[in-house]
Amino acid sequence: MKKKLMLMVLPMVAATALRAAELNVADLAAGDAHAGESADYMSLLFVFLLSTFIGLMVINQVSRLLHTPLMSLTNAISAIAVVGAILVGGRSYVADGELTWINLLGLVAIVASVTNIVSGFLITDRMLKMFKQRGSK
Amino acid sequence: MTLAIQLTYLVATALFIFSLKWMSDPKTARRGVLAGVLGMALAIAGTLIDPSVIAGNYKWIALAVILGTVIGIPLSLVPLTAVPQRTALSHAFGGFAAGLVGTAKFYYFVRGGQEVPLFVIVALCAEVLLGYLTFTGSLMAAGKLQEWLPSRPIIYKNQNLINFTLLVAAVVCCGLLIYDAPRFAYLFPVVIVLALLFGVLLIIPIGGADMPTVIALLNSYAGLSAVAMGFVLNNKLLITAGALDGSSGLILSIIMCKAMNRSFANVLFGAFGQVQAAGGEVEKRAVKSATPRDAAELMEHAGLVVIVPGYGMAVAQAQHRVREIYDQLTKRGVSVKFAIHPVAGRMPGHMNVLLAEADIPYEDLVEMDEINPDMPQADVCLVIGANDVVNPAALHNEKSPIYGMPIINAHKAKAILAIKRSMNPGFAGIENELYYDDKTLMVFGDAKAVTGEIAKCLAGEEGGR
Repeated sequence: MKKKLMLMVLPMVAATALRAAELNVADLAAGDAHAGESADYMSLLFVFLLSTFIGLMVINQVSRLLHTPLMSLTNAISAIAVVGAILVGGRSYVADGELTWINLLGLVAIVASVTNIVSGFLITDRMLKMFKQRGSK
Repeated sequence: MTLAIQLTYLVATALFIFSLKWMSDPKTARRGVLAGVLGMALAIAGTLIDPSVIAGNYKWIALAVILGTVIGIPLSLVPLTAVPQRTALSHAFGGFAAGLVGTAKFYYFVRGGQEVPLFVIVALCAEVLLGYLTFTGSLMAAGKLQEWLPSRPIIYKNQNLINFTLLVAAVVCCGLLIYDAPRFAYLFPVVIVLALLFGVLLIIPIGGADMPTVIALLNSYAGLSAVAMGFVLNNKLLITAGALDGSSGLILSIIMCKAMNRSFANVLFGAFGQVQAAGGEVEKRAVKSATPRDAAELMEHAGLVVIVPGYGMAVAQAQHRVREIYDQLTKRGVSVKFAIHPVAGRMPGHMNVLLAEADIPYEDLVEMDEINPDMPQADVCLVIGANDVVNPAALHNEKSPIYGMPIINAHKAKAILAIKRSMNPGFAGIENELYYDDKTLMVFGDAKAVTGEIAKCLAGEEGGR
């Protein structure tokens, strides 16, 4: 069953990566000033591809008992968007370093992400504490 | 400095992978949470020392973090029956954050007048589309689960055509932005509005019983929007963590679809409610009913009792009463197992969490595929608030809308007890043949009241001896 699942998933991942790679090739073909950076985009795609594979393999091993806590845990982990939110909200866009509305968007994004981090990790732990083996009280 | 940041990110990535790996077993799972927390702390610390973040803004960031914590703590304390809507709500927050960061980045690029590389603008469009549609879509899902919105499908004419047109319009706008961002910058708000609208329209036609798939799918979208953000910001940590989340959502939604024998497309665009009439062709025979006392006596003398819980148990909050039944029966040497269908409840794994909350050891929570071979040996199968997942029509009635869906073989048990409020067919409007089976006894009433009665009968008899 797992093999079948992988067979279903892999072409999807491969197709996505391929499509993204094509775009990147087009970028390179345009020969613009970003050629150097474009090479970096390729490595970003590799990172995406490999971490998706790792994700699929690791998640496949997760006990079905724990699918609800798994979802709240990945919820908290995907709140890694906080990194992007800090980078956008924390930088200075005008000479005197005053807040602009671009900062504000980033700061609101920080609030949303931190909400997920805090509630996600706390509720996952709360649920996991409840899973007990027979005899362990 | 950059090296230090990258190394922090590298360690954080490893911690996230370990975090998920440790979820493979309930014994190591809590360690997984710790790894996740550490990874996240490192990621945030690494980002704060980024030279582009100016010291003057630390106070604002701190304020945002405090505000997020204040909102987050109560959200982590919701009752476990409300976990599906909490999960949907957090997907909404995730999508919103991605959308906001994408919006900020777009206007930063356009205002600065700098040329945006093709790769970045494509990723940015993906981030904004996915982010905002996940935002409103998840809000709709949360509203349905909380029953602020009707949980039945909301259907109108040409629904799929309208949705499709909206999506095409959004993609065309994105195409123009990709072609020449500064010139078509005025289309950016249009893309946002279309994505927000599409999220709403995509989810309202989906019924409550399909929520496990939808939540898993939105989970995947939230992860993918973080990946797209990573592409925009050239940040590998965002990509790895987002991809882990994306693949988790993907696997869960595939499991859910398989458990219902349906495709993604069918769940998203099928509007389950439309096929109602087709399955209701069971002849109206009389059902046999029983009192809680009869049920208690039947189970007391059984060797193996299999309990099939469903959403009805969650709604009635009956899990603690079920636990009392479990205790009474095991005390008498009756073997009790719980048969868990993958789509029972409103999100993946929902029943397991509720039963674990009621202190039922997880060894006795058995997956559908493992329990089915043992069903003919079961003396009693007790169905509590489950319906479609035990309907034998799925096995042989080709006209039934649930034909082909794998079910728990409750009908193979030597006797079946079904707790149900009335004979009204369940959400999907499908008659359940199981209730008309000669071996089936219906116990009518609210799941919590009935299970409480049964537990009392079991306890009372013991006291009388």
